Amino acid sequence: MSLEILTYSFMHRALISGISIAILCSVIGLFLVLRRYSLFGDAIAHSSFGGIALGLLVGIYPLWTAYGVSIVSALIITKIKDKYNISGDASIAVLLSSGIAVGLVIIGLSGGFTIDIFSFLFGSILLVSVDDTILILSLTGVILIVILLLYRQILYSTFNEEQAKVSGIPVEKINYLIVFMAGITVVTSIQLVGVLLISALFVIPNVTAIMYGKGFKQTAIISMSLSVFSVVVGILISYVFDITPAGTIVLLSIGLLAGTMVIKSAGLLSKN
Amino acid sequence: MLKVVEINNLTVQYPDVKALDDVSFIINQGDFLGIIGPNGAGKSTLFDSMLGLNTKYKGTIKFFGEDIRKSKNYLKEIGYVPQKPIFEKNFPVTVNDVVRMGLRNESDENRIDEILQQLWIHELSNRRIGELSGGQQQRVFIAKALVNNPKILILDEPVAGVDQQSIELFYSILRELNSKQKITIVWSSHDLDAVNQLANHVACLNRTLFFHGESKKFFSDDKLVRQYSEASMQEHMHHH
Repeated sequence: MSLEILTYSFMHRALISGISIAILCSVIGLFLVLRRYSLFGDAIAHSSFGGIALGLLVGIYPLWTAYGVSIVSALIITKIKDKYNISGDASIAVLLSSGIAVGLVIIGLSGGFTIDIFSFLFGSILLVSVDDTILILSLTGVILIVILLLYRQILYSTFNEEQAKVSGIPVEKINYLIVFMAGITVVTSIQLVGVLLISALFVIPNVTAIMYGKGFKQTAIISMSLSVFSVVVGILISYVFDITPAGTIVLLSIGLLAGTMVIKSAGLLSKN
Repeated sequence: MLKVVEINNLTVQYPDVKALDDVSFIINQGDFLGIIGPNGAGKSTLFDSMLGLNTKYKGTIKFFGEDIRKSKNYLKEIGYVPQKPIFEKNFPVTVNDVVRMGLRNESDENRIDEILQQLWIHELSNRRIGELSGGQQQRVFIAKALVNNPKILILDEPVAGVDQQSIELFYSILRELNSKQKITIVWSSHDLDAVNQLANHVACLNRTLFFHGESKKFFSDDKLVRQYSEASMQEHMHHH
């Protein structure tokens, strides 16, 4: 029985999309975590909730309105944060609550909750279509290429903004680029774990990987591996035991983090 | 002699205080300039303005004869070592990663090894930056500043929190960079003795430029040294 599930084409799509999203989230998430922006993914996801509600109200495919609303509001909040000198965590709180508020009001206007909203809130990776899979793969490819091309600039401005500026790196543009890519990544990943658990994919594998990796590339590769492992095993387990994939994936990834913490406090993980 | 830096009538007015008042001086190629002055004298403001981090100033700053408001190209010729490089302690980068961040021509792999060897940190290459001592970290940041073969090295009081042995090694590295590799050095410091030993030029800054010239001239003039010490002592007491 266990191998049979690998022959279903919906399972192929789920696994391919899942692996792709796992890699994308862990890479973008590593930069966000290191910028002390861990909850930014969560905030964008919540604002995408407003976008989804808007799409359902006006009859546009909700994912498209989610992309629009999330990216625009993420860029606006970044601009406001710089201009009025609001701290990172406060700006995240503003973004997060305005998204939910807009969503709730729109849902009220449209006459109540629909079943569609729930699939966006909690994810529905097993229902991913061929078109979705192609979209996910292409966006992942484009974002990874951009990151590889601008690797030094992105890493340097994450490490120390001031020094990066003195080295002639356009730090502000890089910051907007990161926010923009994070926005796309979040909305793309909603199908896997939903709005509510998105920041788990951004943050948990990276927190674990930072404990293992020495250099940056090593840390990124460890994070991607942990993330892919949690997503693949999570999808399979959830199908076999008929439980929710999103929760299973996140719990597996928390399990890996907890295991690492135990290993570390037992002194088995050398510091050097 | 080639003028590397030319500062004319530089004034920086913050909302509550005038940080720099009509400062003018020239740095020639090969100079080892020690900038001294009490806390709050405007040293960091001067550096921020020279590095393009502060653009709200009056007056002009020229590098290699070109106004820095017109082009940022001069930054390619500068290596900058900040006072205390701020980064997350568990940031997952090795010494090699940090130096590589500074490298503009990313294919120039050998240059990283070369500079790590020159600064005696080659054996630390694969260690995480956060695990190193203050003195070792300082050498990593100097390596990063030097990896592009800059013509000018700018250092902002870079011995805070560094042990004595590392400080001595650091001074001998600076001396060699200036005398053998002919790199122009601009270095702000609290340590008058060290400036006396290392620098061939001195600028005394306390919002205005109090003295600028050869360090021999400054240190052989007891009156100047005493005036400076008294001024900085007063400033010191004023601040505490």
